[in-house]
Amino acid sequence: MYSFDLSEEQRLLVETVHRYATRSLRQAARQAEESSQAPADVLQSAWALGLLPATLPEEYGGFGEHSLLNGALYVEELAYGDAGLTLEILAPNLVAIPLLLAGSEAQKQHYLPLFAGEEMPKMAAAMLEPVILFDHRKLHTTARRQGDHYVLNGSKAMVIHAADAEWFLVYAHDEEAGSTQAFLVPADSAGLQVGDRNLWMGFNALQNHTLHLHDVQVGVAQRLGGEAGMDVTNVLNSSRIAVAAMGVGIARAAYEYARDYAKERVAFGEPIASRQSIAFMLAEMAIEIDATRLMVWEAAWKLDQGRDATHEAYLVARYAADMALKVADGAVQVLGGHGYIREHPVELWLRNARGLFTLVGAVMV
Amino acid sequence: MPIEFEIPESVKNQSNLTEMVAEQVIRKVSRYFDEHEHERPWEYINFIWPFIQQMEAANLKRSLEVKKNGHGKASGNGQKKQSTFQVRMIHMIENLSWGDAGIYLCTPSSALAGAAIQAVGTPDQKERFLDRFTHGKPKWGAMAMTEPQAGSDTSNIQTTARLDPETNEWVLNGEKIFVTNGSLASRESEGILVIWATLDRSLGRAGMRPFVVEAGTPGMTVTKLEEKLGIRASDTAAIVFQDCRIPYDNILGSPELKKPGARTEKGFKGAMKTFDSSRPWVAASAMGIARAAFEFTRDTLAAQGITIPVDAAYHELSAIQRDLLDMETQLKAGWLLTVRSAALMDAGQPNSLEASMAKVKSGQVVTRITQKCVELLGPLGYSRELLVEKWMRDAKINDIYEGTGQINTLIVARRILGYTRKELK
Repeated sequence: MYSFDLSEEQRLLVETVHRYATRSLRQAARQAEESSQAPADVLQSAWALGLLPATLPEEYGGFGEHSLLNGALYVEELAYGDAGLTLEILAPNLVAIPLLLAGSEAQKQHYLPLFAGEEMPKMAAAMLEPVILFDHRKLHTTARRQGDHYVLNGSKAMVIHAADAEWFLVYAHDEEAGSTQAFLVPADSAGLQVGDRNLWMGFNALQNHTLHLHDVQVGVAQRLGGEAGMDVTNVLNSSRIAVAAMGVGIARAAYEYARDYAKERVAFGEPIASRQSIAFMLAEMAIEIDATRLMVWEAAWKLDQGRDATHEAYLVARYAADMALKVADGAVQVLGGHGYIREHPVELWLRNARGLFTLVGAVMV
Repeated sequence: MPIEFEIPESVKNQSNLTEMVAEQVIRKVSRYFDEHEHERPWEYINFIWPFIQQMEAANLKRSLEVKKNGHGKASGNGQKKQSTFQVRMIHMIENLSWGDAGIYLCTPSSALAGAAIQAVGTPDQKERFLDRFTHGKPKWGAMAMTEPQAGSDTSNIQTTARLDPETNEWVLNGEKIFVTNGSLASRESEGILVIWATLDRSLGRAGMRPFVVEAGTPGMTVTKLEEKLGIRASDTAAIVFQDCRIPYDNILGSPELKKPGARTEKGFKGAMKTFDSSRPWVAASAMGIARAAFEFTRDTLAAQGITIPVDAAYHELSAIQRDLLDMETQLKAGWLLTVRSAALMDAGQPNSLEASMAKVKSGQVVTRITQKCVELLGPLGYSRELLVEKWMRDAKINDIYEGTGQINTLIVARRILGYTRKELK
């Protein structure tokens, strides 16, 4: 049967996160951006929502199960509040979810409970590299096997929470297996060095740094995948769904803001929304947002059912990228000169929409 | 029900059947009927008719039961009986249109006339007009709205309906054009037509009512069969009504008139409710054509060694591979909006906004995909040896009938802004 209703539990999840996103994230977003600093209390209150523990099974300290659909629902709401702070909030997921999906039983038992505590765990994922034409299938960072350990070499970019991380999940090309592998590396390993903080067009509050690895030794037991390499498919699908849902959230925020503005802004004696040139833009935005959300839901639902939806997840991540950018751009356009002024949030959403898919989306597609 | 994207089992079975029909009965005569515009695809019509009768019977039975028990109320065993009619319809239409959209339109069924009667008819009217689609020879239902001077601007309909108090009959006068299946419904079968006419032109939309006219009624004449860009297998007729008399009970909805702008413009609302089901049908047909063009192009290119790589880095894709991926995603976007609009209707929830959204998107998608396919296949795409050029011609109608893309965008815009017709023209 086809159905598009949220379950009672999902409705509660969406309402709770929506309230948090509009009251806390949306309010804090501008100052966080301008001061390049995410407010600690906001991040702590996000952690207190327990979103990540709710996707971890009980045996690993959590109180729920991993559901991409539920993830898509709450991520859209968070990004509706602010995409930059959302990336801060979701940073631990970038370590926890790969552990859950690709880790050994011993690794899960050991590390996952760290994600169910009262404090946000100090763990950072290092996937992206400072290159153009990035491809997760052909990483430049290398892992060379030497007996019971590996030696890691290379540079990583956009490592969120790198500055105070105690553990890194480092993705590298396993030369022996000929494929991508991930390693849990202690921050105090010799040869591991946190580099400069990266500054961008948007996401300025996001604490992220370059990471350099020079002959870093890590034991075989710290490897997520087996001898043949790590199956990144599920991890990537999970990220694809999350990023696409963030695109929907940014787009929805921009669309609603533009819609409400267009109904209030009077020109030539009428609200500008009563002109087709504006009204049609808004209608197109609404249609594209709904279409993209349905694609996100379908892919997430299929993956939750244990079916293969890698291609769908891949397609929707791409589509959501274009859609979010187009909608955010349209929102700036609807506000005209005011859209260009930093008093309104739409210019920030345009920068964020672009950044989301350059920095995170590039990893998946 | 929680979020779910599972095709219902019963719909799946039917879908397998229509897939087979599209491939083995329709596709092979697609070119022939494109080039023999006013001939009828009888082999298909006779083949599909028994299945349509079953669907019509089930839908009629269900709607009469719903009327008796009240909509959505628990039936005898305490289980909510959820309809799957619309979902069935869109799967069927998508499959058949994959075969050929013009031939699909020749499907004998109550079609838009049925949708109008289901939307606003009384149980008695449903029995009287729709029972014929459950037995006997193939029959067609048609809807006549557009006139030479008014298409999208339905408030400017000039066909009149006058009550003759002596005979207690309605007398229809006027001209209708672009009536899909107009000839099949009015003179080639014992079908029915739903005619939109005004009881009082000074009232605009508020004065409009739909009337049912049965095939063969004196005063109803087919004056022209149109020759079109695409969907040439489909019957598109002009029909003139000259003192065409029909029984009093053939009016759909109340004959009572309200002032223009009054809260209930029941007549016009009836038309709008018809669109709630017909727009998803058009969207589904569009998606069927789009899928046909996409699949053919994908397979043809694959035979030349150009395939869609799975999970490849975007920067490693060629322009053609990107086009293919884009088309595939667009197909999904259009189809999911269509599914949602149909499923909402089956669940008894409002779907006007969603139906217009699906219609807008799928009209754009099918236009873009078919044009792109002609482009990608070069001279082969343009050649009448293949069907790709025909799909591009067939596609265009989906962005026009049952409300143009612009009219549907306007409807979406009014709904999301909470604006009336006056506030957003």
